[in-house]
This record gives sequence, C-alpha cells and structure tokens, in this order.
Amino acid sequence: MRKQDNDVILRSMTLVIFFIILTFSFALFFGGHYTPGGGFVGGLMTAAALILIIIAYDMKTLKEAVSIDFKKLLNVGLIFAIGMPFVSMLFGKNFFQHFHTYIDIPVFGKTSLHTAVLFDLGVYLIVVSVTLIIILTIGENE
Amino acid sequence: MTFLHIAIFIPIIWAIIVKSLERFIHRLHIGWYVLPVPVFLFIYFLTYIPIIKGGDVHYSAMHLMHHFMMDFNLYIDGLSLLFALLITGIGSLVVLYSIGYLSQKEQLSHFYIYLLMFMTAMLGVVLSDNLLMLYLFWELTSISSFLLISFWNNRARSLYGAHKSMIITVFGGVMMLGGFIIIGNIAGTFNIHEIIPQFELIQSTPSIWIAIILILLGAFTKSAQFPFYIWLPDAMEAPTPVSAYLHSATMVKAGIYLVARLTPIFSFHDLWIYSVSFVGLITLVWASFNAVKQDDLKGVLAFSTVSQLGMIMSMLGLAAFGYNHGYNDAVFQVATVGAIFHLINHATFKGSLFMIVGIVDHETHTRSLKKLGGLMTLMPITTGIATVTALSMAGVPPFNGFLSKEMFINVMYMAMDAPNNGFNNFGIIFPILAIIGSIFTFIYSIMFVIKTFGGKLNKDDIPQVPHEAPWLMLTSPLILAVLVVFFGLFPNVLSETIIEPARNAMLHQSIEEHVHISMFHGVNKALISTIVIFIIGSILFYFLKSWIHLYDKHPEKLTLNYYYDRLLDFSSLIARKITQSYMTGFTRTYLVYLFSFLSGLTLFALVMKDIQYSLPKLGQITIVEITITLIIVISTTMIIIAKSRLFSIIMLSCVGYSMALFFVFFRAPDLALTQLAIETITTALFLICFYHLPKLSRHEEQRRFKIGNFIVAISVGLSVIAIGLLSLGNKTFDSISQYYIDNVYKLGAGENMVNVILVDFRGFDTLFETVVLAITGIGIYILVKLRLSKGGRRNEKTR
Repeated sequence: MRKQDNDVILRSMTLVIFFIILTFSFALFFGGHYTPGGGFVGGLMTAAALILIIIAYDMKTLKEAVSIDFKKLLNVGLIFAIGMPFVSMLFGKNFFQHFHTYIDIPVFGKTSLHTAVLFDLGVYLIVVSVTLIIILTIGENE
Repeated sequence: MTFLHIAIFIPIIWAIIVKSLERFIHRLHIGWYVLPVPVFLFIYFLTYIPIIKGGDVHYSAMHLMHHFMMDFNLYIDGLSLLFALLITGIGSLVVLYSIGYLSQKEQLSHFYIYLLMFMTAMLGVVLSDNLLMLYLFWELTSISSFLLISFWNNRARSLYGAHKSMIITVFGGVMMLGGFIIIGNIAGTFNIHEIIPQFELIQSTPSIWIAIILILLGAFTKSAQFPFYIWLPDAMEAPTPVSAYLHSATMVKAGIYLVARLTPIFSFHDLWIYSVSFVGLITLVWASFNAVKQDDLKGVLAFSTVSQLGMIMSMLGLAAFGYNHGYNDAVFQVATVGAIFHLINHATFKGSLFMIVGIVDHETHTRSLKKLGGLMTLMPITTGIATVTALSMAGVPPFNGFLSKEMFINVMYMAMDAPNNGFNNFGIIFPILAIIGSIFTFIYSIMFVIKTFGGKLNKDDIPQVPHEAPWLMLTSPLILAVLVVFFGLFPNVLSETIIEPARNAMLHQSIEEHVHISMFHGVNKALISTIVIFIIGSILFYFLKSWIHLYDKHPEKLTLNYYYDRLLDFSSLIARKITQSYMTGFTRTYLVYLFSFLSGLTLFALVMKDIQYSLPKLGQITIVEITITLIIVISTTMIIIAKSRLFSIIMLSCVGYSMALFFVFFRAPDLALTQLAIETITTALFLICFYHLPKLSRHEEQRRFKIGNFIVAISVGLSVIAIGLLSLGNKTFDSISQYYIDNVYKLGAGENMVNVILVDFRGFDTLFETVVLAITGIGIYILVKLRLSKGGRRNEKTR
C-alpha cells in the first residue's frame, strides 16, 4: 500500500492528536490506582498514539521521531516488572510487598508515593513495546 | 553388612576395574585377569561347607529400603550354597574356556563385563533372602543374558534371539513380581525365612492361587519350561561359553531354585504340585522328542537342556507332593535328593558338552550334524570327553547321570503308587511319560556322539579339517568330565556335604536320615525300566534313518515359534492399526475428540451425580442487556454463515465491542477500556493478516462433517450453559470480595479496586501475564524474522 503524499489534514491532525492521546495515556497510567486505568490500558493508549504516527506518516518517520529500540524497551519493562517484587526482599519483607507513603509537595499538595507504580511502570513498558514490536514486525514484513 | 554382601558385588566391581585397565593390557588375554574372581569366590564359598554341614545357616542382614520392606538380607543354607558353588565353579571353568575360545579381536572387555555382571546377578538371586531383592537380581540376569546373547550384534539371528529371550523372561519376571507382592502383603514381610513360618496364614488365603500362577510363570519362563522354552534354542546364537554357562548350568536353573526355595510355602496347594510336576514332565517329553530332529549341535543341546530342566522340575513337583501329604517320607526324600543331585549332574555334563560343541565348531567351523562325522581319530581327547558326558546324559552307568536318572524313574513309580495322588488310575501316566522322555534322551545322546565323531569324515563338507584342540580349551571340559565320572563312582562325597543340607533347606526341616546313593540296590522297577529304555532306545536309534522323516510331517503351523512370531507381528499390527485409526493427523479430528469428551463427561456427571437442580436467582433484565445480547447473537450467527473472511472479521469485532458495552453496563470500566483497546488492535492485526490469506473454503467441506461438527458444537454449548447455570445456582460459600472492599484503601492505598488487586493483592498473576505478553512479542518477532526454508538454515534477515 503506497502512502499518499498529500495527507495534509491527517498529518496535521496527527500532530495535535498524538499529544492529546499521549497525555491521556499518562493520565490513565498515573491515575490507575484511584480511577479506571493503569499500566495495561495506559500502555495500549501510548502504543495507539505511536501507531497513529505510522498510519499518518510511515515506519521510517516513527523510527526517526522515536529512536527507541522496542526490544530493548521490553527488557527494561521486564526488569521493572520482575525486579520490583524482589526489592521488598532486600528490606526483609515478603516477596512482592509494596510500600507507600504520603508526602507534601509544594505545588501538588498531598501526594501518595507507592512502589506499586514502579511495578505498573514495568507493565506499561512491556505493553507498549510488545504492541509496537508486533505491529512493526508484521508491518515491515513482505 | 558382612563380607558376603561385598562378595556378591566383587565380580561387577572387578569388571569396572578390568575395563578401566583395558588400555594397559595388550599382550595377555583379558580373560586371565578375570579368572581370579570366580576362583576366589568359589574358594570363599567352599569355606561355608563346614558351617552348612553342621546344620547351621549363615544369615547377614543389611537395611536397604527398610521402609518398603526391601532389605538386603543374605542367607546361606544348603540350597543357596549349592547354587553359589555351581555359579562360581562353572563360572571359573567357563572363563578359563573362553580364554581359548574367544580371540583377542573380539570385544573382550564387553564380553567379560557382561559375564561378571551376570555372575553378580546370579549370586544375588540365589543368596537373597528378600523377595524384592531377589526380583531385582532376577531381572539383572535377564538383562545380562540379553547382552550376552546379542554379543555378536551384527548378526540378525543374535538380535532376534536376544529380543525373544528378553521378552519372554521379563514377562515372566514381572508376573513373578506380582506374585511376590501378593505374598508379601499377606505375610507382612518379604523375607523368605519369615514368610515360611506363616504358611498357615497363606494357606488360609483363598485367592492364593493367583500368586502361585504368577510366581510359577516367572519360574517357568526362566527355566524354559513348556510352553516358554522357545527362547532357549534361539539363545544359542550366543558365544558358546555363554551357552555353556548361562543356558545350561546357571541361569536356566534360577526358576528351579525359585521353585525349590518356595516349596515349603506353596506345597500345600494342589495347583503348585500338579502344575510343577506336569509342566516338568510335558517339557521333558516334548523337548527330548524335538531334540532328536535338530541338525545343529547346539540345537540338540538346547532342547536337551530344556528336557533335563523339565525332569528336575517334575521331581520338585513330586517333592512338594510328598512334603504336603507326608504319608511316606520316601517320595519326597527321593524326589528332593534326585532333583538336587540331577541339578549338579546336569551342570557338569551339560557344561562340558557345550564346551565340546564349541571346540568342534572352533576346529571345523561348522555345527551341522549333516556335515560332521569321523572326528574320532582326529580329535581323540575331545571324543573321549564327549562320549563320557553324553553317556552320562543318556543315563548310562557308571556315570552320574545314571544315578539321578534311576532316582527319577524311581520317584515316578512311587508317585504312581502313592495312595492319594489325586489321579486314581491315571497315576501310571507318571512313569510312562518319564520312560518316553528317557528313551528320546537316550536316542539324542547317542546320536550326538555317533553323528559327530563316528562314521567317515567328509572333507568336502567341512569348511576346515580339524585337529586336536589346544589344551587351554580342553582343560575345562576335561575337569567336568572327570567330575562326571567321579560323582558317578563316589556319589556319597556329595551327599553329606551338599545334598543333605540342600534337602534340609528345601524342605525347611532337618531330617536326620542320611542320604546314601548307591549304584546298585537290587533289581527293582527302576532298573528294569532303565534296561528297557536302553534296549528300545538302541533299536530306535538303529532304525533312525527310517523314521526320522516322520518329523517332517510335523507342520510348521503347529510349532510354538510360529505362534510366537505371529503373536509379535499381530500385536504390533493391531497396535499400529489402532493408532492409525484415531491419530489421523488432522487437528479438527483431535478437537472433535476433546469436545465430545468434554460434553460427554458433563452429561455423565449430570446424570450420575445427584445434583440439586436449583436455578440461580436472576437479577432484573433490562432492555439494554436484551439489545446487546441480540446484537451478539446476530453477529455470532453471521460469523458462522459468512462466506467472506472480511465479513467474519468485522462481525467478530462487532462481538468484541458488544462485550465492551456489556462491561460498561455491568460497571467494569477497566475491563471496558481494555476490551475496547484490545479489540481494536486484534481487528487491526486480523486485517493485516487478511491481506495475505486465501479465501475461506467452506464450500469444500463435506455435509457429513458439517453435521458432526454441528452436533458436537451444540452439545459443547449446552454443556457449558448447564455447568454455568448449575454452578451459579449452587454457590456453597460467599465471595471473598468483601475483604478487598474493606482493605483496598487501608492496605493497598488505592481506590481503584481492580488495579490494586492486579498490582498489589494478586500482583503475582500480573507479573506472569506480562511475561506471557513479552514472550508473545518475542515469538512473533522470531517467527517473522527467522524464516527457515525447507532446505537449510537461513539466518535472521537484517535490514
């Protein structure tokens, strides 16, 4: 399928919508503990934003814009997801025990810090990279 | 643990040492390094004779797997000592003989490893007091015999013979294990000498006949009794020292040992008595009858071994008979002594005969009776040894075979005269069978000698003109032949040292009466019968040429080998047919099996189990739910009947989005979000793949197949519905979700309960689900990038 070069409307809209989707995915990700969302849906949304770039432009553009090797990103995600549960063992707690605390940050007010978010970050990274690995591999294949 | 425990394992340990030192041994035959082991063990076991003679026994216990009642207890009484001496004594002679027989070009270290392994196994069988240990060593003899028969493993006949003997003896061995377990469970112990005092308990168990049949199957297969003897003639493909050692003197007597050993336990049962004695007699007659028609020297000796084993077995059966009825000490006394004495005699003359055959084969390169002849002048010493031992086998005085043959016929007459032999007027069958068997024994023994050594030498027929064998090969048969004469002239040397303790061990009581074997004790029925046997045998042998062709009338379809081969072919054929009939190679067939089984099992459970058919309490059904359900039903139907793939993909995503809608209405926002995103991505992937896929080919399927699928699909659907409804209506306990509701903020510091469960309460699941996802991604990447063509490897394409 050849891309049309004069997709001006699509490309312009993509530039705007990309950041909106990205922001939304961050919102889903960070709000996961309190509102619907979380690492999985957040990851899918981020992946969707990147796929949008592929659709509007092409694979090459995506690679130039986001110069990340998603296979390496997958490893990072796996390290977070698998490594996090072990961290609690370093402190003499049970495997996979989370900690949380509340701190006051001047601008944001009372904020909770939770180690579960780090685990969720692993899930997020895995979902993003796996989705993109699949799409890119199949898309590049002839 | 005593030295006896180590002594059993000396051969196998020595085998390892010899193998590891093999590279340093070049000049000398390895057999010389092996020879000290059996000689040492023979001398070691000789030292037990004074103990045993005094009526004592040697018992040494060792806990091995005590919890499973499997202890490594060793027991030396007369019976086991007799066998241990046979094994080590004949073993020494066989090793000595094999040094001359096997050339340095053979894989000698393998040969001696197998042989020493066999020696350990056999010593273990006869010395073990524990039935489970006995079984262990028993199977080890089968394995080492298998290895020895297939020693020349580039010959098809060797492999066939090894395979056959393995199948038959292991079959018997496993059956025997079953019998042992039954006995062990009844008695509460596996130690033979603790089982024997409990024979009343065993006697009162009604189903003991099963154990008897199983154990006798083991003994009969090992000792080549009718109809399991068929492996032994084929085992003659082994090197001749192996035939001499395993298949005449030791291994085939393991079954005899077992029957003798268990006589005090089972002799109460008529099944034991009659099956042992009659199977023995039938074997005797059948095998001696068949031995006459053999052309191969080893074939003659193989059938002869079978028939002699049958003879010993029948005497053991009558010993059990006398032991049980006890009306007259004489029967079981003579039967027991006869069995034990013939056991020794057979080992001497048959071992020697096998070695003679080996020499003849070695010198002339043939074993065919049709080609051989006239070796007497060329090989005088061999001829002498062969004549002495063959006459002993035929039962001619003054050799030892005569003495035991006399006892045998005597026992048969006694059994006929016994008042309660259970046969009334049919008791005459015992001596008749015995005499017929002895006549044929006489014929083939004479035939063996005269056809090989008598007559004229046909130089054209024989591959190599023989000359006298080297002394290295002649020593062992000579020693055995000397023993044959010595035991014939002075049988009472054995009676006090070996036979009496063995008899007492077998009958498990000490009998004061001494055994006295004499060459001549008046003119009685047995002597007259023997003379008749000699006369008839000589006449029949003289006219052998005129009736030998009667054997050709015996059709091949009536031989046991024919049935054995057919059984093997048939069972593999049936197995293949069965497998081919259901392993079609089509995934859809296997899916039909799986699903039919699922629905069938559900139906079975619903019918058989007493289930409370209470339907669940239903909530309020809203118009929204009905609408979405309708959409799902319509789009599902569309998937099934769709003719184009694109249409079915779109209908599938329609179902997916409707599911997301359901999640929305059933208040599951996380699920709805995920479902929407995932559905979109899978649809996109389907569409990517769609481009490359061929068209749906539904119209090619057969109608019958469609109907079958329809039925299976409907039944699976109905069973899943039934399971769902029933499990919903029969909740046995409350949900644990209240805990999560209470603690989601307190412990998890979150408000989205789904997410807190996913990453905190049940984070383990999530951990591995993400790993699954990662593996999927990597898997797709590898599948697409690394395409191996049919021909060779192609590495990952890099762009």
